[in-house]
Amino acid sequence: MAKVPDFLLHHDGDSVAVANDDLQPGTLEGLSVKEQTKHTAVLNHAIPLGHKFALKDHAEGEAIIKYGIKVGIASQPIKKGDYVHTHNMRSYRWEASRA
Amino acid sequence: MGSKPRLTGYRRPDGTMGIRNHVIILPVDDLSNAAAEAVAKVVPGTLALPHSYGRLQFGEDLELTFRTLIGTGLNGNVAAVVVIGIEPKWTERVAAGIAKSGKPVASFSIEGKGDLQVIADAARTAQIFLQDASEITREPATEGDLIMSIKCGESDTTSGLGSCPTTSEAVDRWVAAGGTVFFGETSELTGGEHLIADRCIDDACRNLFQKTYDNYIKVIESTGANLLGSQPTQGNIAGGLTTIEEKALGNIAKTGSVPVVGVLAPAEAPPRNKQGLYFMDTSSAAAECVTLMAAAGAVIHLFPTGQGNVIGNPIEPVLKLTANKKTAASMKEHIDLDVSGLLRQEYNLTKAGDMMMEVIERTVNGRLCAAEALGHREYTFTKLYISA
Repeated sequence: MAKVPDFLLHHDGDSVAVANDDLQPGTLEGLSVKEQTKHTAVLNHAIPLGHKFALKDHAEGEAIIKYGIKVGIASQPIKKGDYVHTHNMRSYRWEASRA
Repeated sequence: MGSKPRLTGYRRPDGTMGIRNHVIILPVDDLSNAAAEAVAKVVPGTLALPHSYGRLQFGEDLELTFRTLIGTGLNGNVAAVVVIGIEPKWTERVAAGIAKSGKPVASFSIEGKGDLQVIADAARTAQIFLQDASEITREPATEGDLIMSIKCGESDTTSGLGSCPTTSEAVDRWVAAGGTVFFGETSELTGGEHLIADRCIDDACRNLFQKTYDNYIKVIESTGANLLGSQPTQGNIAGGLTTIEEKALGNIAKTGSVPVVGVLAPAEAPPRNKQGLYFMDTSSAAAECVTLMAAAGAVIHLFPTGQGNVIGNPIEPVLKLTANKKTAASMKEHIDLDVSGLLRQEYNLTKAGDMMMEVIERTVNGRLCAAEALGHREYTFTKLYISA
């Protein structure tokens, strides 16, 4: 059986990916669910199953893309490989909703 | 040799069908819960549906409570109803609304008699209803006879990757076979509402959807509240979901690819002659949403979960599926279908859809789902505003 991907992204071009298991920093292999394309990435932090990390650098205010769609913005600069969650990402629709 | 029908159900006098055969003891108001629960104790096998409201409500909020109560009685999973209320007028209104279906219905009011007399009278009727219902047998059914509802809860990123797409497969197959499906969770479309608007079958449907969505969001936004921790929930955040938009796209991932044929008010039944996928204006809170969908006639619910929601409903079986391997292991007793293999690439979505359909068919045909076996009977009303 093929190796289980370390991370999954919904679409090629998404700017964040999802950990497919509890992950340690290092080089990882992943898969885009829609296109079934293989990806590699270097993770900077340990993150649990289901949590996200950046596949590219994001400037503050830049769109975060998942499912090929904007799902939030960077509330501070995010480096490629960084853990992405409420500490550095927020809703662009509900302005008052932030950590 | 006759072949076994794939789907079976109970046919009601008005032609609707259900997959369960409950005799319910339905309190009109919170004050009548005690008597209703006592009747269900005296006549085991009947089911009391206690809830928290029904007094001094007015206007649209009161109408929604009536629609929820009457709709619960009209649900195809219900064979007969004993209605108990504090005073006769609203009690009889609920009973009359249910009686239109031709089902056995009786009503009892407490004022002037007291709980004990009402319990004795109602129990005598409940016993007869229960014995009569026990003679109703299953008949062959089709997807077109059985309304399905969907709503996810305690979602995480695995929901959008696995359990919601699996549900989506089931939705497309159910609708393709002539069935009707409800989805809701109005606030939880935020960031992806344009995707639903694009799928509305015509301009009238699209305009009603947009108006319904905008009205709900206006109420939320007018509070100026920080919703982080409420929507997304703390559980969503623990599971890796960060924003409402991210959660919404996972939510929408369970709605299939079929067009949206109509927009329903909370607990509003769809027209009988128009099958397909309907959007219902609901809260995203699990028990509220499922209660409203059951009151609109849904008889089987698919509930994708990530971090592990435990919800059930007294009359509508709530099937749970997860693609989170940790939840599938740590909350095994609540999970009817584990599709975590999808994320491990052990099988594809078509295969996951096949697995889902098998669980649905077994549940339709009588197998108790986890929530039923564990006694989860959350019957939770949606309140639109303060009472008088």
